[in-house]
Amino acid sequence: MQQIAVRSTKESECKITFPAELMRSEVLAMWTDVFRRVGYALLVILLVTIGVQALMALAPGSVAEVILGEAATPEAVAAMNSELGYDRPFIVQYLDWLFSALQGDLGVSPITHIPVMEAIMQRLPVTLELAVLALGIALIVAIPLAVFSAAFPNSPLDRGINGVTSAFLSIPAFVAGPVLVYLFAVTMKSLPALGWTPISEGLGENLRSAILPALAVALTEIAAFHRVLRADLIGTLREDYVAAARSKGMSRSYVMFRHAFRPSSFSLLTISGLSLARLIGGTIIVESLFVLPGIGQLISTSIIQRDVVTVQGVVAFIAIGFVVINMVVDLGYGVIDPRVRRAPRARKSPTAAKASGKAVPA
Amino acid sequence: MTVVTRSISAVSAPPPARFGTPVVAPAKRRWSVLVWFSYFWIGLVVFLAIFASVLPIASIDQVVGPPRQPPQLGSLDTLLGTDGTGRSMLSRLIYGGQVSLVVGSVSALGGVLVGTALGLFAGYFRRGVDWTVTLVADVLLSFPALVLLLAITSIFSPSVPTLLVGLALTSTPTFIRLARANTMAWSSREFVRAARNMGASDGRIVLREILPNVLPTIAAYLPLVVAALIVAEGSLSFLGLGVPPPTPSWGGMINAGATEMRTSPHLVFVPATVLFLTVFALNQAGEHLRLRFDRTLHD
Repeated sequence: MQQIAVRSTKESECKITFPAELMRSEVLAMWTDVFRRVGYALLVILLVTIGVQALMALAPGSVAEVILGEAATPEAVAAMNSELGYDRPFIVQYLDWLFSALQGDLGVSPITHIPVMEAIMQRLPVTLELAVLALGIALIVAIPLAVFSAAFPNSPLDRGINGVTSAFLSIPAFVAGPVLVYLFAVTMKSLPALGWTPISEGLGENLRSAILPALAVALTEIAAFHRVLRADLIGTLREDYVAAARSKGMSRSYVMFRHAFRPSSFSLLTISGLSLARLIGGTIIVESLFVLPGIGQLISTSIIQRDVVTVQGVVAFIAIGFVVINMVVDLGYGVIDPRVRRAPRARKSPTAAKASGKAVPA
Repeated sequence: MTVVTRSISAVSAPPPARFGTPVVAPAKRRWSVLVWFSYFWIGLVVFLAIFASVLPIASIDQVVGPPRQPPQLGSLDTLLGTDGTGRSMLSRLIYGGQVSLVVGSVSALGGVLVGTALGLFAGYFRRGVDWTVTLVADVLLSFPALVLLLAITSIFSPSVPTLLVGLALTSTPTFIRLARANTMAWSSREFVRAARNMGASDGRIVLREILPNVLPTIAAYLPLVVAALIVAEGSLSFLGLGVPPPTPSWGGMINAGATEMRTSPHLVFVPATVLFLTVFALNQAGEHLRLRFDRTLHD
């Protein structure tokens, strides 16, 4: 706190002497930071796609063997492989894939004969809706819980909420899914157990089919959000300006929402961006359990059919989405929080370190 | 003269404890009921998994009664009921626990070894090494864990070694980041500079000065990672891509039970409860250890 105060007074002095120059260097620093981050993300994406391609090249057997089946002669397999271009060197295959991928063409599945990009675009809305709905549920539940916890830290209420959320953290989607189906679909018969109603057939029906799967994946996110926001709120409530606001006679709830909540919500924003990315990859389980036509189902069916072209395309697509969301969140952090914008390199806040509640994003 | 001899004898009398076990400060707070329960449950699961073959329980494919019998007191074999073909749920849970624990802890150890080595290098040498290692960690992290695991198991057919490699790969970046951050914090300390000024080599500083300080933190994160890996293994088994069928696994049991849930819900609820309790206990234990040993949390 002390350091920030000192720095800001120095800067205000500088502004008095060289306002224009300082502003320019600040903007320049911000744009350098943006370019550095975008370049790094591009590098990561490049390596990710190389990794996927290498993984596919390591696979025993070839696409041709899968298409032609067990009984194919080696000559037929070799002919098919050269027809599909799988006999070329690794680097040529990769560059070929990369250039068509840059034009939005992820190849055509040799089994279903549907372009991979088309298959992804068909299924993306379902997965996105699930992920966004789960994120919404998690935020709606976690924010009030965190505010209550932080308002009375270490009270029985706080410990009770902590206990419940730690329990939520230990309920993976494949446990929550069947239990929720049993409670809501089998016992209460109020929600459908499986299947998907597209949004074109009415929003209500659509939500009825989406709510259980979204809830199943939202449980662990509730726990993660609660932890991060609680820690940040408790930290912010210890700041001097909060004490000043309280001593001016403002009520606890006014200070909580008008003074403490906004500066505490930045790491929540970061991890909700990350969890959106994680949810897109993590709906595989619920999509298979509830039989929903999303990206996850595309992956699992193409894995069962050993359709490597589709697997490669989808894995690369998800990984790229993950990197892009990560980068946008990183940049957005600076847009929202002016303190981060000033010092692009010193952005590691202690709360960000605390935020790593989940050890492995499963 | 006498003074000198006495001081020499005083120094040589207690052997310098250079290789002793690290001294750990005693806990400040008493263990809560939840922590006690967590350690008890982990101990119980580990005990049952280790002595599974000695315990008086039915083998995993032996039919002990009519199928889909609910849990009931009496015979040990039908204590937790029977599954769809009449096999004992209890023994299948115990042997499934064996698989979960072995897969979770072995792959976590693999991740610890690789991740800690890379993280130590990155945090100590900085510059190019650091940049490369961070890049590797970022690339690994940009695959959602389950997608990476699915891709690996689909390419190499599902088996225990494939699972171990895949799960170790997904847990490596966590340990890289953890070891790197802690190494960076410790390398700036006075005793490390003192060791360097006394002419210690880089290898000696990393292994003898920094590693012993980084290890408690990493060990404290281990239960959390094992819990996450057990969940990942369960997810894969649930999708039918985990441990191959004759071997029981918790995720596979939940998957098998989900189809018959309308008539006999215990087929899902019993393995789901066991898995939940194990993951919960590991998370609680990990949280408890982390609060005590993770120095980055104390600043």
